[in-house]
Amino acid sequence: MEHIRLPKVENVKLLDRISHRRRRVGTLYLTATHTIFVESEAGVRNETWVLHSLVCSVDKLAATPSGCPLLIHCKNFQVLHFIISKEQECHDIHLSLQRLSQPGDYDELYCFAYKPNVDEKERRQEWDFLDLKADYSRMGLPNSLWKLSPVNQHYKVSDTYPADLFVPESATPPVIVGSSKFRSRGRFPALSYYCKDNHAAICRSSQPLSGFSARCLEDEQMLEAILRSNPRSDFMYVVDTRPKLNAIANRAAGKGYENEDNYSNIKFQFVGIENIHVMRNSQQKMLEVCELRSPSMSDFLEGLESSGWMKHIKAVLDAGIFIAKAVAEEGTSVLVHCSDGWDRTSQVCSVACVLLDPYYRTLRGFMVLIEKDWVSFGHRFSHRCKHLVGDPKEVSPIIDQLLECVWQLMEQFPCAFEFNERFLIAIHNHVYSCQFGNFIGNNQRERIELRVHERTHSLWSYLWANRTDYTNPLYRPNHSQTQGLLRASTSPYSFKFWKGLYNRFDHGMHPRQSVEDYLRAIQEETQQLEEQLTSHTQVGQGYADQPQKEDLSDHIFSFTLTYVVFT
Amino acid sequence: MIMEFAELIKTPRVDGVVLHRPFMPTVEGTLCLTGHHLILSSRQDNTEELWLLHSNIDSIEKRFVGSLGHITVKCKDLRMIQLEITGMEECLNIASSIEALSTLDSVSLMYPFFYRPMFEVIEDGWNSFLPQNAFKDLESMTDEWRLSEVNKDFSLCPSYPPLVAVPKDVDDETLKKVATFRHGGRFPVLSYYHKKNGMVMMRAGQPLTGTNGRRCKEDEKLINATLRPGKRGYIIDTRAINVAQQAKARGGGFELEANYPQWRRIHKAIERYNVLQESLIKLVEACNDQSHSMDRWLSKLEASNWQTNVKEILTTACLAAQCIDREGASVLVHGTEGTDSTLQVTSLAQIILDPGCRTIKGFQSLVEREWLQAGHPFQQRCAQSAFSNSKPRYEAPVFLLFLDCVWQILRQFPCSFEFNESFLVLLFEHAYASQFGTFLGNSAAERARLCLPEKTVSLWSWVNRPQELERLTNPLYEPNSLVIWPSVAPQSLLLWEGVFLRWNRSSKCLDEAYEEMVHIIEYNKELQTKVNSLRRQLAQLETEDPLLHTP
Repeated sequence: MEHIRLPKVENVKLLDRISHRRRRVGTLYLTATHTIFVESEAGVRNETWVLHSLVCSVDKLAATPSGCPLLIHCKNFQVLHFIISKEQECHDIHLSLQRLSQPGDYDELYCFAYKPNVDEKERRQEWDFLDLKADYSRMGLPNSLWKLSPVNQHYKVSDTYPADLFVPESATPPVIVGSSKFRSRGRFPALSYYCKDNHAAICRSSQPLSGFSARCLEDEQMLEAILRSNPRSDFMYVVDTRPKLNAIANRAAGKGYENEDNYSNIKFQFVGIENIHVMRNSQQKMLEVCELRSPSMSDFLEGLESSGWMKHIKAVLDAGIFIAKAVAEEGTSVLVHCSDGWDRTSQVCSVACVLLDPYYRTLRGFMVLIEKDWVSFGHRFSHRCKHLVGDPKEVSPIIDQLLECVWQLMEQFPCAFEFNERFLIAIHNHVYSCQFGNFIGNNQRERIELRVHERTHSLWSYLWANRTDYTNPLYRPNHSQTQGLLRASTSPYSFKFWKGLYNRFDHGMHPRQSVEDYLRAIQEETQQLEEQLTSHTQVGQGYADQPQKEDLSDHIFSFTLTYVVFT
Repeated sequence: MIMEFAELIKTPRVDGVVLHRPFMPTVEGTLCLTGHHLILSSRQDNTEELWLLHSNIDSIEKRFVGSLGHITVKCKDLRMIQLEITGMEECLNIASSIEALSTLDSVSLMYPFFYRPMFEVIEDGWNSFLPQNAFKDLESMTDEWRLSEVNKDFSLCPSYPPLVAVPKDVDDETLKKVATFRHGGRFPVLSYYHKKNGMVMMRAGQPLTGTNGRRCKEDEKLINATLRPGKRGYIIDTRAINVAQQAKARGGGFELEANYPQWRRIHKAIERYNVLQESLIKLVEACNDQSHSMDRWLSKLEASNWQTNVKEILTTACLAAQCIDREGASVLVHGTEGTDSTLQVTSLAQIILDPGCRTIKGFQSLVEREWLQAGHPFQQRCAQSAFSNSKPRYEAPVFLLFLDCVWQILRQFPCSFEFNESFLVLLFEHAYASQFGTFLGNSAAERARLCLPEKTVSLWSWVNRPQELERLTNPLYEPNSLVIWPSVAPQSLLLWEGVFLRWNRSSKCLDEAYEEMVHIIEYNKELQTKVNSLRRQLAQLETEDPLLHTP
């Protein structure tokens, strides 16, 4: 509370983003966790709540005759434009919010203060909702080809990797440790996905420390072990998700990529996804376009093009498709890496999984996927999402791009996903909100140190409890579209602009009637009708069972017939 | 066969022709040319055959690899198909016949004059939307308008229908004078009456003020007659102010404030027809670009200006609707001729304002009133589509843009239209090539001269049959009596995939989603019927039940 210089300001105007002439007048409150604007017009109790942890930037603009503008940009793309009449008040709010929205310490994060009305036992159960080992056993692991390795217990080999990892059966601890010493941050090749139908696997790692000529026997053995764990295949792909130039530049720093001559039976491939800095700048430019107040079509399309955002989304999806096809169609295993193996690698592995396996297109499956390829494999959520004050160069919308790739796929395959757009947006919101403990810290080791499982709530069980809101009414598990590999198009015209996320709070831009809500209402009604039908037919059965059957009129006779037809 | 055709068909039949089409397996078969169709038959059961109207062919390209000829047929519905014909002579003959048959000049040789319906006409579409019937509806709401026969022989205005609605207090003599003051004789007539507040929308051609500011008292009287006492109206000029200024030099112009003090003039910039044709050509080119570069696609999409045109037209229509519904003011819309952008605006404003226009019949009636009767020159505008090699003269996708705008509103209000996207696509196809006579000719006068109602079948006769209606009905429809305001933000306006990407990407998954949606709704209805009938039967049982227990 010590950061709140001014808890309440009256007579504040909240401007409509599109039409500044439309404005609401009310009172602004600062609490320890939220900024709250309460509209003061008679008869309305309209409140806008914004979590401090969702605030991305607070800007005080030059004062105007009507007051001092304060612009708040949120990580969920909400933009609030307040006018505060007194400059001093605006100044105080500005300073308070700047401090409140940039905690210096994990303990200040909202998840540690968020206490919904749930008892401790239930809270602990929330964390048992998802079990990654169950997902690996769903894949058929461990088996004769892949084993669970204890090598990274206590994070001894790689402190950014999870403790439990699957590796090829033939990979011995010395090979793994040797390989890890030849990989950035010790992130040795480990299993991400195994296709039990044809034994092809997706493995992931960081870049090799190959420089211009360095070799590592254990690393070469490690790749060979991966290849051997796919008995029907005589080669494997190594996919470097970076642009070739970036990878070459890394060689000068003693890092780099695999030399095909040193590894037996690998096919090496660059897929050209740009780095976190390019992605950050690209999204920034794209958001500037979204924020234009009344852009012409050309402003919008030119801005979108020059932001490069759609091009990057396409690159990620293209890479995912390459890997999914290698696994599903060629039965070939793939090792994926970028530099550290926690950004592009996470994106590409999870996009490939969504394309390959219908399970990851279900509500629970998608949560498992994020838990597996992002949370457990050490995507640096707290750095990328700027949960704490820190280096702005570490911030990047890598997870946004995954969610968008999935959304693009949902647009192409409307029946293939159990969840809906709202589900993706909810995940996006909470990756940034810090309301739940799931994404706090940068890796498993940090979350254990923070005792996240003991002190916070889990997003996954919250989403699951509200799953009716997140279910796609068009999904049918047995629909042909739901089965097998999704053959997505990446022709440029197949990509759409995701206004549902980036213009999420511009309600006027969205369809005024939702087909999905309409269908959901119909399905609920259908369910009630089914229940009524059952109960009515039971009542009818009751009549039919009465002993005076010989007295039944023709009418009743015909009724029992109807019942027979129903059942 | 008619002699004209026989002369054009040098090789009526070629065997062993291979056909490649989007999303369909390659077929080998016999190619036949008739006067109106290009037919490919594999002579096998269960095999798709090609029946393509020559009038649907926009352009063809031929090339040879040895003696194997490849003909690419580019259609007005934007489909592209390839034919492989062995034998140079046969190929050249076929190509030249297709070229000749697809560019016949004489309207009377068009297919609709030869087409005999293979279906039972339940309701003759030529009589479905008579102006006198539309006027009866108007009369039930107001007595301030009359139906004038001043143009019954098309002499006053060749592009107007014989009957037009005008203010009751304005006599035919006045109309005659006004007609001389408006482009093409298109004096202001009623386009729409807003029942909610009695405001109206009128449309006209530009006033012929010329450089010296000619005025016409009768014109002023006519449009002032539509204003309520003390009220102002809006004139929406669909041209940018500088374009309207330039029109003066050619005898046209716009209403000067001094002469029309009760009217406020607003200029909007909707493009003219030749610019729109360029835009369509560029858009289709962008959609068919084989490069996989996102930058290239976005910049070509932007450069085509198609989406800009959609936005501009929709914005203007919203403005007109806003003046009427929100400002409570009457509106006069015109551009230059009053046959293109004017109709886009008046018809879209009605979609926004009038729930009746969002039904299948209501939309047909709107197309009939605001496009066909209102004199949109369909035959000129739709003579060529995006692939034509010849320099466009009067061609322009004015109507297609209108349909695109309707589709945009439909996307934003998916439950407020009785029809679905297929209906809009169908209208696009038939406007460019059809077995029906509906879109032939450029005006009511031409259609009368061609005796279309007697000699051809109306598209509406075919559409308004249960099996067609079922296909075109939106399962989500729930009548919505409100005014529907679409968003015109660039983020809200999408590329109309159903037309522009129709042949580039498979729509299988989207079609399946549509079927799934239909299934969900049908199943619900089915259950409702069952539950209702069970309820009735149970209620009856309950009343009969005591009798059962009577000893």
